[in-house]
Amino acid sequence: MEWLCMKQWSPYVVGIGIGVLSWFAFLLSDKPIGVSTAFSRTSGMIEKLFRGKITTEKAYYKTFPPTIDWEWMLMVGILAGAFLSAEFSDSFRIAWVPMKWGSTFGDSPALRWIGSLAGGIMIGMGARWAGGCTSGHGISGTLQLAASSWLAAAAFFAGGIITAIFLFQVL
Amino acid sequence: MLKTLHQSKGIQLAIGFFLGVIFGFLLQKGGVTQYDIIVGQLLLTDFTVLKIMLSAVVTGMIGIHLLRMAGMVALHPKPGSIGSSLVGGLIFGVGFGILGYCPGTMAGAVGEGSLDVLFGGIPGVLIGTGLFAKFYPVLEKKILNVGYFGEVTFPQLLKVNQWWVIVPTVIGISALLFAIEMSGF
Repeated sequence: MEWLCMKQWSPYVVGIGIGVLSWFAFLLSDKPIGVSTAFSRTSGMIEKLFRGKITTEKAYYKTFPPTIDWEWMLMVGILAGAFLSAEFSDSFRIAWVPMKWGSTFGDSPALRWIGSLAGGIMIGMGARWAGGCTSGHGISGTLQLAASSWLAAAAFFAGGIITAIFLFQVL
Repeated sequence: MLKTLHQSKGIQLAIGFFLGVIFGFLLQKGGVTQYDIIVGQLLLTDFTVLKIMLSAVVTGMIGIHLLRMAGMVALHPKPGSIGSSLVGGLIFGVGFGILGYCPGTMAGAVGEGSLDVLFGGIPGVLIGTGLFAKFYPVLEKKILNVGYFGEVTFPQLLKVNQWWVIVPTVIGISALLFAIEMSGF
């Protein structure tokens, strides 16, 4: 079982594994793999705690009710699976500032926290705006040959590449 | 029989979790729960992300369409528009470049110990999705449906059998991956 404890697998093995996983998602659950809806539901659930009925009356939360569903469990599963994998390979590391960020922007956790928050807000907005994220559109949608997903995926990466190059090489 | 399975709520929650565990395991083994590797892709110095995603797309594409021909699965393409898919995609992209993770890899990164994702990224995404839900009525009226093209797939657009699209796409992606490998990335 040594392969379970390896620190990194070939990207092709991982990719094929994810592709096969998507077969099972369609087969067993009649659903494409996606993650951003789970965050949207969580946000709604938290808001519902504070504001009650006002939340569930919102048009968006009528389409995507703030409840625990298949995709929410998928998100929690990802966290658990990654933890397991990291434990098996002794890769679990508590860290605030990623190495590449630190060597360019400095080791201040406060700065990284602000950056993560700002980036996260745009990820959340952008994913729901586009109707999916790099899993829902980038993998599940593109393999279904959906025009929406190919367009969204291209935009994800165009935006990401331009932003990263700007942050790391222009600034 | 599959239909009954699809409708069993309790079992589906368990299946979702189980599939997620495998997904998270694969993502971590692939290295894509790490900021350095994702940003490396965006800076075009490390192509791990693309290799993983494209391999998944090729594998998934062939399998799903074969299963569909066998009547065992249905497709669920998402609707799209310029105002939604392109504009939303670019907004996501900017966040992608700043945070250095996407929603799926964020969940994985927390599992690997990344506090910046746990205390910064995740609250950020929750705020972002909440803001979207708040502004949804006006966004839907003004921009989300601009240039709407619906749930159309490329075979439908081109009015051809899906394999006329799948085969060239698989060949094209495979050639791209080969070229990436050959050039040492």
